[in-house]
Amino acid sequence: MTELPPPAAKKLGLVIDLDTCVGCHACATNCKEWNTGGHLGPLPDFNAYSAGAEGVWFNRVHSYEAGEGEEGRTVHFPRSCLHCETPSCVTVCPTGASYKRAEDGIVLVNTDTCIGCGLCAWACPYGARELDEDEGVMKKCTLCVDRIYNETIPEPQRQPACVITCPVGARHFGDLGDPTSKVSRLVAERGGYDLMPEMGYAPVNKYLPPREKPPMRAHSLEEAAPTGMDIKNPLLRWLDRALSR
Amino acid sequence: MPDTNLPRDDRAALPRRMTGNGEVIETSAPIGDTVKTTTCYMCACRCGIKVHLKDGRVRYIEGNPDHPVNRGVLCGKGSAGIMTQYAPSRLRAPLKRVGPRGSGEFAEISWDEAMEIATGWLRNVRATDPRKLAFFTGRDQSQSLTGFWAAQFGTPNFAAHGGFCSVNMAAAGLYTIGGSFWEFGEPDWEHAKYFVMFGVAEDHDSNPIKIGLGKLKARGAKFVSVNPVRTGYSAIADEWVGIRPGTDGLFVMALIHELLRTDRVDLDFLVRYTNAHWLVVKNPGGADDGLFARDADGKPLAWDRARGAMDAGSAGLSPQIVGEYDLPDGRKAVPVFQLMAQRYLSPDYAPDKVAATCGVSADRIRRLAAEIADIAFNHTITLDVPWTDSLGRRHETMVGRPVSFHAMRGISAHSNGFHTCRALHLLQMILGAIDVPGSWRYKSPFPRPIPPGPGPAGKGAKPNTPLAGNILSFPHGPDDLLVHDDGSPIRIDKAFSWHAPLALHGMMHMVIGNAGKADPYEIDTLFMFMANMAWNSAMNPGEVIRILTETREDGEYRIPHVIYSDAYFSETVPYADLILPDTTYLERWDAISLLDRPIGSAHGPGDAIRQPVIQPDRDVRGFQEVLIELGARLGLPAFVKEDGSPKFKDYPDYIMNHQRMPGVGPLAGFRGEDGTKKGVGEPNPNQLQKYIENGCFWRHHLPPEQLYFKHANKAYLEDSKAMGLIGKSDQIVLQIYSEPLQKFRLAAQGHGAKQPPDEATRARIATYCDPLPIWYAPLEQQQHDTEPFPLSAITQRPMDHYHSWGSQNAWLRQIRGANKLYMNRLTAHRLGLAQDDWVWVESRNGRVKGQLALMEGVNPDTVWTWNAVGKRAGAWNLSPDSPEATRGFLLNHVISEWLPAQVADGQRFANSDPVTGQAAWYDLRVRVTKCAADEIPLTDPHPAALERPPGLKPAPDLVREPGK
Repeated sequence: MTELPPPAAKKLGLVIDLDTCVGCHACATNCKEWNTGGHLGPLPDFNAYSAGAEGVWFNRVHSYEAGEGEEGRTVHFPRSCLHCETPSCVTVCPTGASYKRAEDGIVLVNTDTCIGCGLCAWACPYGARELDEDEGVMKKCTLCVDRIYNETIPEPQRQPACVITCPVGARHFGDLGDPTSKVSRLVAERGGYDLMPEMGYAPVNKYLPPREKPPMRAHSLEEAAPTGMDIKNPLLRWLDRALSR
Repeated sequence: MPDTNLPRDDRAALPRRMTGNGEVIETSAPIGDTVKTTTCYMCACRCGIKVHLKDGRVRYIEGNPDHPVNRGVLCGKGSAGIMTQYAPSRLRAPLKRVGPRGSGEFAEISWDEAMEIATGWLRNVRATDPRKLAFFTGRDQSQSLTGFWAAQFGTPNFAAHGGFCSVNMAAAGLYTIGGSFWEFGEPDWEHAKYFVMFGVAEDHDSNPIKIGLGKLKARGAKFVSVNPVRTGYSAIADEWVGIRPGTDGLFVMALIHELLRTDRVDLDFLVRYTNAHWLVVKNPGGADDGLFARDADGKPLAWDRARGAMDAGSAGLSPQIVGEYDLPDGRKAVPVFQLMAQRYLSPDYAPDKVAATCGVSADRIRRLAAEIADIAFNHTITLDVPWTDSLGRRHETMVGRPVSFHAMRGISAHSNGFHTCRALHLLQMILGAIDVPGSWRYKSPFPRPIPPGPGPAGKGAKPNTPLAGNILSFPHGPDDLLVHDDGSPIRIDKAFSWHAPLALHGMMHMVIGNAGKADPYEIDTLFMFMANMAWNSAMNPGEVIRILTETREDGEYRIPHVIYSDAYFSETVPYADLILPDTTYLERWDAISLLDRPIGSAHGPGDAIRQPVIQPDRDVRGFQEVLIELGARLGLPAFVKEDGSPKFKDYPDYIMNHQRMPGVGPLAGFRGEDGTKKGVGEPNPNQLQKYIENGCFWRHHLPPEQLYFKHANKAYLEDSKAMGLIGKSDQIVLQIYSEPLQKFRLAAQGHGAKQPPDEATRARIATYCDPLPIWYAPLEQQQHDTEPFPLSAITQRPMDHYHSWGSQNAWLRQIRGANKLYMNRLTAHRLGLAQDDWVWVESRNGRVKGQLALMEGVNPDTVWTWNAVGKRAGAWNLSPDSPEATRGFLLNHVISEWLPAQVADGQRFANSDPVTGQAAWYDLRVRVTKCAADEIPLTDPHPAALERPPGLKPAPDLVREPGK
């Protein structure tokens, strides 16, 4: 089994706003194109042009409905590794290939020592592990570790590909270990929550719930005060309106 | 069992290994060895992209942070562009048909031979009867070139795909407010407090809308989505109004009714910026009835409270907006406002009256009207920005009504879409919410004069003679129609005829059907670019295929020559005689021109280019380059020098040096010899280099005083004129009442030299060319018994595929490789249908088989599916067992291109909007029944699998590294 590093102050992760995600899949495909040429790439596609097409994706978007009828909601739910604080996908690894970085908490796989046994995929309740059947090793979201520190990329773009590409701005990246960071404040303000906290893995990534809807006006427009003329011909109320252009 | 189930103590007892085994990660590897900017083409949005290359291959495509359209973001399609670049469906060389049409038997030929064949056919047509070339260019982003080429050729038969896409929005907008929803305008995302979106799934614009919705949500503005289906954008709306398809116009008129009834109307805006106070002649039965009363100079008149009839554009006018007035010449006239108010105050538009038809309760309509009015009138925005109006009056602030609207496909794709869209613009005008802070705004170069230009070219086509003017332009009345003296259409698609007088984008969906019937005449050559007419771009693709393969008595094909240019092996390829293989979007030059569909925003005009970021590894050429060479080979005057030699050496040469008017060319930026002029200026030999250095786009930033009230903003209009964006700097008066429409109606009532040729057409024009917005049930539903077909059926554009239909994209097809028919759970329960049942979807036109999915968020009387996900077996180099071909289905199979025959002589009208010719895809009515137990679970129609053209290799099973 593999040991976790001592808890670190820095906890890099994502905050995903379910109030604004429209389910466009930009995060999923941009992730795939970045990472297929990145640290844990390639991300192969099997049966790419026939039935049963299935590839390796580090980020997938699921769409479903919650509730019934008009009061229900359509939810677009992007899913990727949550970079848990106490991830069993790491502790379960028999070779030490699956690990959590001490310096920033990113959960990674060392493909040189991964034997593709799949225990981590069993252990992860979030379905975040992706087996590359061609190479026989497990792969997963790297939080774009090869982007976020990359000095060849302009500083404002040193963010995970899924964040930088999200057209609605529903994805945020930062240090959730720092209570003053933008992402931590966002979580505090918007009531960000953990997925399945009862599992005890303490996910670093947070999801923001739908905002409270603006109130609906209780009453319809009041009638403009009717006059005797109005009742006969409503147009007449505009006859004496002094207008100027 | 997973180890996670082990008790913690047991886990602790297991042997431990070093974490990560000391892995060292390279975190600062360069992305690639080269990065180039260009413009995306995975949909119509035209985002700026940065393409990173490594070892000559595309490594990564990202949004360009500096680009005005997408500001660094990129959608799901754009981010998958790498797989389109390396798709195994790319055509590899010119092809000549050697077997029967549809057999897929082709021989690879050289470009020389291909150009010789095309030139031969086209030269013959041009020398005999140029109308017999039908040149239709699909998802073309270079219409300023392709349309110009067609005019030079001398055929009136040109258009792109707008006739089955957006023309209702374009026409309604351009004839009403001088701009349009579509992609000519945008909500004020920074200031709007209330946003209502009609009928938009994934549409124009893609990323700007997404970016804007993100801003709205962050600011807590209310977002209302009016849409029969609750997916995509509607999913994040604060309120979803699941309206019945085709009833939006009635719903909007009920909102207008409420605003008028309660006097929540911005009268000041109306008299300053619209024709609300213009006088309309009241002379029932007369040839001038319903036209504007004008003075001797032709200026419209209004009635001043003190001074009587006066130029409606005068400063200081105190106009009457109701009442009946005696004109100086003795005629009677009433203001537009009165006609408008009378109509919409009618009980016919009361919420209680329309609720059942719309499927929206009367209380809800009243409440929404109240919310809109509250924001518009009680929560105004004031920007401390002085500006000067067209009359030269300085205003210290800009006051806005922060209610924004946007609408697209769900309005556009109905046969009542033109009037529905006009009704929406009327609602905006009543609220004073057009190009003011917080409202919908024009994207420069809009607004343009109403209508924006002269009538369409196309009359008097003669052999070997160009047509003067723009083929797709703007009729002002019957005299501008493209009809013969007997009233019959000049164009093959009957655009700009009495069948569709304002068919500004042509009617591509009718070309093949009309040619098949030789109605109005036969054609010789059908020349198409990027238009999948044998599949998802056609209404009734089976009929299109039948016509394309039909032979005449002499053994010749009904349409003797079909030339097709596309980059990919689409379903249409097997039905062409000559294939001119195009490049991918990353291998080409292009100009996204102000002469066509530019990338301007509310913040200023702009345009863009594509540059080749990678060289083709196939024997393919960019279509525009081919077209320019064909122009030279045919000797089209604008494409040859005086000695007959080619005028342009290639497409870049054309982009930089072609001048449509002196100083005006395809690109507006970096003009003049030193590249410092904008809009107008002599050609600059370094222009493209300048664009490349600027990220492949150019934009002009409007100063703050020009950002709003553009239709009446002196500085904006004068600067726009100086840049050549508009012809004159007069105020653009918004047209509540449309005089061009009234002129058509008068013709139908028997006035004037040009009149509709028969009673059926006359009745249509009289009814549908109403100068004020009207609502009518979609034509298909009026004209045939809808009882057997109780459900409306519509499609939606998936965000992951829209305009990127090539499901050949290995990533996108994993996201959506098949489509189901979505039905409200309660409706399904009533019909005895269950999730995943195989069902027949039947219409008056036929039936198609697909699989059912149940959902909550859909109007109970509506079924829908994703558009164009279904593919024909074998096409796109997909294996025939692909879900696109086995489970994916096209609703197109059950949509007729014709309305049911409704007149005694069997004359048929297109299944289109009667004003604009817009294909009425969403008027469809169906019934849904469960397939018999013994029917095979395979979609139907399921035409035979297409054979792979020569040169294409079988697609790989495993893709590890794209392009390797």
